[in-house]
Formats: sequence, C-alpha cells, structure tokens
Amino acid sequence: MSGIINRCGGAALALAMIFIAFPASAQEVSGANTAWILTSTALVLFMTLPGLALFYGGLVQAKNVLSVLMHCFAIACLASVLWLVCVYSLAFDEGSGLVGGLGKMMLSGVSFDTVSGDIPESVFFMFQMTFAIITPALIVGAYVERIKFSAVLLISALWLIVVYAPVCHWVWGGGFLADMGVMDFAGGLVVHATAGTSALVIVKVLGARPGYPSQLHPPHSPGMTMIGASMLWVGWFGFNAGSALAADGSAGMAMAVTHISAATASLVWVFIEWKKFGKPSLVGVVTGMVAGLATITPASGFVGPIGGLCIGLLGGFVCYGAVVLVKEKFKFDDSLDVFAVHGVGGILGTLAAAVFVTTELGGAGLADGMTVMSQLKVQALGVAATVVWSAVATLVIVYIAKAVCGLRCDDDEMDEGLDLSYHGERDYNF
Amino acid sequence: MKLIMAVIKPFKLEAVRTALMDLGVEGMTVSEVKGFGRQKGQTEIYRGAEYNVEFVPKVRLEIVVDDGRAERVVEAVRDAAQTGKIGDGKIFVMDVGQAVRIRTGETGDEAL
Repeated sequence: MSGIINRCGGAALALAMIFIAFPASAQEVSGANTAWILTSTALVLFMTLPGLALFYGGLVQAKNVLSVLMHCFAIACLASVLWLVCVYSLAFDEGSGLVGGLGKMMLSGVSFDTVSGDIPESVFFMFQMTFAIITPALIVGAYVERIKFSAVLLISALWLIVVYAPVCHWVWGGGFLADMGVMDFAGGLVVHATAGTSALVIVKVLGARPGYPSQLHPPHSPGMTMIGASMLWVGWFGFNAGSALAADGSAGMAMAVTHISAATASLVWVFIEWKKFGKPSLVGVVTGMVAGLATITPASGFVGPIGGLCIGLLGGFVCYGAVVLVKEKFKFDDSLDVFAVHGVGGILGTLAAAVFVTTELGGAGLADGMTVMSQLKVQALGVAATVVWSAVATLVIVYIAKAVCGLRCDDDEMDEGLDLSYHGERDYNF
Repeated sequence: MKLIMAVIKPFKLEAVRTALMDLGVEGMTVSEVKGFGRQKGQTEIYRGAEYNVEFVPKVRLEIVVDDGRAERVVEAVRDAAQTGKIGDGKIFVMDVGQAVRIRTGETGDEAL
C-alpha cells in the first residue's frame, strides 16, 4: 500500500517538475484543437487515398482503371515530398504578397515544439499537405485514358510549385488576396478553382479521348465510383470542418453546412435526371454530391444551415448545367467533368459566400466595413486572379511537358489500355 | 453425337438447367457472353451523356448428347428459355466428331 502511494507521489512530483521546467510555449498548444487537426489530416488524406482514386477509377474503362489509381497514388507521394522540399515554404512562409519565401524549405526552423497558432506547426504542415495532395489529384479526372504517366508526374510537380503554392499563399499564406479580405474557408479558390481551370487548359492541349464524342465507353464500375464518393463525403468533414483549425463551434457549423449542401445537391441531381431521363442514376447522384461539396467549400466557415441548403441547391443546378455546357455545347473532353463540377462549384461557392455570410441569412456576419456588394467585388477579384493565373501558368507547364516527355499516348497504347501499356499490369485477371 | 449450343437470356439459365436434368442430361458447360441479334443494343446514360451499348449480356450453354435425344433436348431448351419477348436467343445444332472422358478414356456415346 505504501509502495503505491510512494509511486503516485513520485509521479505527481515529476508532473509538477515538467510544468515548471518547460517554457510557456509548450502550454500554448491546444490539445483539443491539435487532436482535431490530426484527425482532419487523416480524413483529408483518405479523400485522395483511396476516395478520389476509386471515384475516378470506376468512371473509366476497365483497361485503364489501374492507371487512374496509379496517378492518384503517385501524385500523393510526389506532392508530399515536394511539399516538404519547397512548396510548404512557398505557400506559407513570409515572403511577398505574391509568394512565400524559402525560409521553411525542408521544414527548417520547425521542430517538435514549434507552434502555428495554437497547434504544432508539424500538424499544420501535414494538414495543409493533404490539400496540396488532393488538388493536383483532382486534375487527373480531366486527362484520363490518354495521357502519359511521365507527363502526369512532370505536370503535377511543376503545377504545385507554380500554381498551387502562389494561390495558396495569396489566400491563406498572408498574400495579397488575404489582405483584400477574400473569403475562402477551405479551398474554393485554392483547390477547386485552380484544379478546374487547369483541367480545361490541359485538355485543350492534350486533346480528347479517341472516339469522343460519338463513341463513348460507359463507366466500368459505377459501384466503385459510389464507394469512392462515400469516402469523399466523409473525408470532406476533415477538409471543411478541419479548416476551422479548431475543435469548436465554427468547425461544428462547417461540418453541418458541408453535409447539408452535399445531401441537397445530390437530391437536385436525382430530380434533374428523373425529369430528363426518367431514371436517376447512381453516377448522377454521387456527382451531385461532389458538386454540393465543392460549392460549399469556400463558404463552409461563414454560412449557416440555410446558407448550406441554398448553396447545395445552387451548386446542384448550376454544376449540372455546366456539365452539359462543357460536354455537349463546347464538346470539350474534360473527361470526368473537373471544371464543370470542381471549377464551377468552387467559383460559385466563392461568390455565394459573400451573400450567405450575412447574419440576415444565418451566416457569421460580414467583415467590419464590408457590404455584400463590396465583399462580392473582392470575391470576384479573387476568382479572376486565381483563374487567370491558373490558366496562364498551366498553359506554359503543359507545353514544357509536351516538349520534355510528350503528353499523349500512342493509339496502340490506348487500344491495349494504359494499365498494360504503362504499368505492366491488369486489374482484372479472370 | 450432337453439340447443342444455345444462347439464352441469363435469368433463364436455372429454368433450362432444371428442364435438362428432368430429361436425364448429365452435364453441360455454361459461359457468360455478350451478343445481339435483331434485338440490337441498348442506351445507357451517365452524367447526361448517352452511351450506345451494342452488346447485351447473354449466357451460352453447350450440351453434347447422343443423336437420339438431340431433338427432345432442343425442344426442352426452347420451352424453358422462351419469354416471348425480343432477345430470347437462338439454338444451334452441330455434329460432333468424337468425345472422350478424360478420367477413364471412354469414347463415343459412353463418354457422354
């Protein structure tokens, strides 16, 4: 009995000494917030691996499914290393209004105890990394079934440095858009608008799939797509609610509005397909879900439940129209509708945020001195800057890739399937 | 000996199998195939884009029986596989030059 008391006393003394001995900065870390952001990091990585991979995988032909899974996996690995090497620094280090400095290359100066706000900087680094991973992975959907693997790697690497890092810096890294007061809670501009715009540019140079638009091949596994979509929905809680960088009411509300927008937009697509074709499809309902999620993303920390509902409705209808416009009117083979769903959704949500942030509509309230009109102007400027930079920079990157390694597969390689031609593997060995 | 090859609608497989068992047929080979006849294909829609799927899933049965039973087998398959709607399929009858049971080496009608 006395032995136990001795040991408890010893432990209490040790604890007291820890609090005395360690400097105050260790106590500035919020355990609750850190725990949530650690979790969110896992959730957002899960969105790419395997959420997005499966979502896209199911939509392509069976002979190309491995190439899509490979693109997502390889981009995840590449983006992770580049993030450490320089992209994190270029995005979040103090620099100019246009891009961060190189002071945090290789995470120099960041140790176990370094904090960013009230979470360890290592956690912030990781959380933001998962965003840098999924953004180039989103673009995969545009160029499936006809692009060389080497081009995927080269384009993604250059894109992270030249497009993602600056735009991220402008909006979240203390750059000029942040100074202007642009509202982008979780990446309507940084993730969806950049990916969507760049997708269009790449497709323009790469060209369409063989047989487009008259001879299309249906998704080889809508079931696989739904599984991936479900993972995206769950993971998106980390994406949006995690962007609160805190385990608190703003995270809770962000989760709520994210969820409501997803559900609403899904139902919108069910309604549209039911009316138009008589049969609401699984591929349709999950695409509606993505539209709702992409649209709410920039607004998720600013709007209330009614805003979530309205944004879901808007995102559902507008993105459906965009899909039809891009594919049928402009006959553009953005194969898995990256621009129509992510690009248009992200842009729409960025603009809608200015309206639904108002307290009258249940939002968190406009910033001091702003009106809906003035905020809308700021948002529009943010959209313009992001879209223009993404388009121009991606155009240059694509032509570099074209010169260095070539972009498009040979006809033979496409006939055989990219899985066998580029990766020496077959997914289904019956 | 006759090889009776039937291409039928997949959901009719069980009915055909039962009918053949009742006739005393002791074996068959089944494969999943795709095909079309005058039924042509069907249209599927994904995200608002229409896809013409030319080939419809079917099941192919292959049965080898002695000449005496061939006609009754064809009738039984036809009765069981029929729905009256387009796409019911077709039956082909071919002559078989030889048959061998692998385990025992029996040939001809004894191998069936």
